[in-house]
Amino acid sequence: MLKILTKVIKTGVVTEKFERNADLERFGIEIKTLVDKQFAGSLSIRAVDVGSCNGCELEIHALNNPYYNIERFGVHFVASPRHADALLVTGVVSRHMETALLRVYEATPAPKFIIAMGDCAVNGGEFGVSYASCGAVGNVINVDVAIPRCPPPPLAVMQAILQFLKT
Amino acid sequence: MNRFDWLSELLARFQDEHILLYKGSAVVLAPAHTLNVDSEDWASCAAQTKKYRCRFSALWAQQLDDELQLNACYEKQGDYLVLRTKIPLDKPLIHSITPHYANADRPERHCHDMFGIEFKKQPDNRRWSRHKAWQANQYPLRKDFPVAGFNTGLTPPDNDYPFLSVQGSGVYEIPVGPVHAGIIEPGHFRFQAVGEMVLNLEQHLGYVHKGIEKIAEGRDAHRVVKLAARVSGDSCVSHAWASCLAMEKAALCQVPPRAVWLRALMAERERVANHLGDIGAIANDVAFGFFFYQFGRLRETWQRLSQALFGHRLMMDCLVLGGVTQDINQQQIDEILRQIKMLRKEWRELKTVFNENTSLEDRLETTGILSPDYAQRLGCVGYVGRASGQDFDVRRDLAYAPYNKLQVKSPCYNRGDVAARTLVRLNEIQSSLDLIEQICQNLPTGEIQTPWQTPKAGAEGLGFIDGWRGEIVVYVRFAEDNKIDRFFPRDPSWLTWPALEHLIRGNIVPDFPVCNKSVNGSYSGHDL
Ligand code: SF4
Repeated sequence: MLKILTKVIKTGVVTEKFERNADLERFGIEIKTLVDKQFAGSLSIRAVDVGSCNGCELEIHALNNPYYNIERFGVHFVASPRHADALLVTGVVSRHMETALLRVYEATPAPKFIIAMGDCAVNGGEFGVSYASCGAVGNVINVDVAIPRCPPPPLAVMQAILQFLKT
Repeated sequence: MNRFDWLSELLARFQDEHILLYKGSAVVLAPAHTLNVDSEDWASCAAQTKKYRCRFSALWAQQLDDELQLNACYEKQGDYLVLRTKIPLDKPLIHSITPHYANADRPERHCHDMFGIEFKKQPDNRRWSRHKAWQANQYPLRKDFPVAGFNTGLTPPDNDYPFLSVQGSGVYEIPVGPVHAGIIEPGHFRFQAVGEMVLNLEQHLGYVHKGIEKIAEGRDAHRVVKLAARVSGDSCVSHAWASCLAMEKAALCQVPPRAVWLRALMAERERVANHLGDIGAIANDVAFGFFFYQFGRLRETWQRLSQALFGHRLMMDCLVLGGVTQDINQQQIDEILRQIKMLRKEWRELKTVFNENTSLEDRLETTGILSPDYAQRLGCVGYVGRASGQDFDVRRDLAYAPYNKLQVKSPCYNRGDVAARTLVRLNEIQSSLDLIEQICQNLPTGEIQTPWQTPKAGAEGLGFIDGWRGEIVVYVRFAEDNKIDRFFPRDPSWLTWPALEHLIRGNIVPDFPVCNKSVNGSYSGHDL
């Protein structure tokens, strides 16, 4: 226990490092204000992989590491679409996931919005449309915000959520 | 020990069994040795290789005009043997090798769903990769199947997969997925449990089948390397490397030494990044948040340096045919070495916590045991194999460049529980750091890319790389104009997913997440 405590104290709060990073703090605080306004202080996101390569998932995970710590802005990743305000969808929609995506969409209570994360979800990326893939998420459900790049770095994901909330 | 010193003995055994061998080759698919056999002898060959303790590694098919060619890749002592045979397209019938190699089961079912090959005496003839996106009499990897444009309307859910059912009082089923509770790829798990105890688990995968093998056909080779990086995004470097290797062999392309060493540098960085992230996640699954945040922090700093060095946090698309896209200078090398020094210090502190923490010990030890015997029968590779006594590492045993010039220490244990798999990964971080230091100190000078020469149609190549999950095998065959005719990437997950079904038996349902994480099969890499 002592070793753990020592390590915790020695490590300190790495999240603070970003106080010097104007962008993240500015955007982060803006997220918080906007989330506060529209979703009463907490935005619940359900991540849905419908045909990703898992690269995008790695960067979603990073949002919860101590550097980005997205939870401090009231953004939570939840276990069920029933608890979600937003869906963060990654990957092209594989045909084998098409119905599942529609069901997840239906299970999410309104008001809800859909974020397509990564080139695959935004425009089909390297996989595109085929016998196995419906391509971009927008081909299956309405998308409210698109975060391009492969995969988008965590900061871009935070910024995109913010931009969407601004509109 | 000489390369292939066992092959002549195996060939003698084949002859004893009256197996007809046609002209083989040591160069066509080098470093593997290829042998052509009659389709009637396909299963008896497998019986012999099995007896001779060769490990089954990969199985793939391809259509060559009106025939289907079937390839089975076996490994012994780091040497690879590819057996090939042909069957007619209008009567694609062959004996199954699954009775000899349990882990050929899913690859055979995949070949059936994609090519329509009937495997006689296959113990499990249920579909595998096919759900409802195409019909039972359609085979996507046949040349007459259109890559796109034939499905219209909504693909129905796959709700009638014939799962094994268990009966008896108090037995109940838990269906999980395809959409899981965490931030994780989709797949279906069907548990049969009594009380808290898992009696049986069956996996139903294929949900993220994106048609990778098919869409690669007819694509320019340079773009297929990009596709390869996305077979499993967490392994983008190693998959791209294996594909580049296969294509470069086909094109007889000599990659400059500096580029080869930089590829290894990236591959080791990829390994460390994934192990850091997963060790944190394993701890998180047993509610040890301290590790989750510490290792998450370390992974982030690691990824940031990758971004600074190579312009991408996961180093995606940094490998290209003929070399790499980014060089590094001395200042960057110093930075890499500085970070390693820091990471070593932190690693020691955290390792002590791992060794001494009783709650970790309580949850991880004796949980999800895969016995060495089972691991061997399932042909497990990577950290899953090495935690269960399967002391195999492609870097060390095949010793492809630049590992032939490097000292590869590969940790191996026999306990086979979650703790052992975590320990392998903790220690692999150390050996990767050693390797990165060796690479930094001995990095050859010179070019980082050589011009690409289009190989002639029909040229083929095979690439083997030790990804962080274990052995990756990639087969490519070229068509005209630098286009790809066949692309088959075999992720190590094909060999480790079945292990999860075994090691979870007798464990409690709440331990499933940590068991799953400790194996961490790739859904995307498997579903293709
Ligand atoms: S956008 Fe890139 S990282 Fe994300 S799922 Fe697609 S290929 Fe993978």
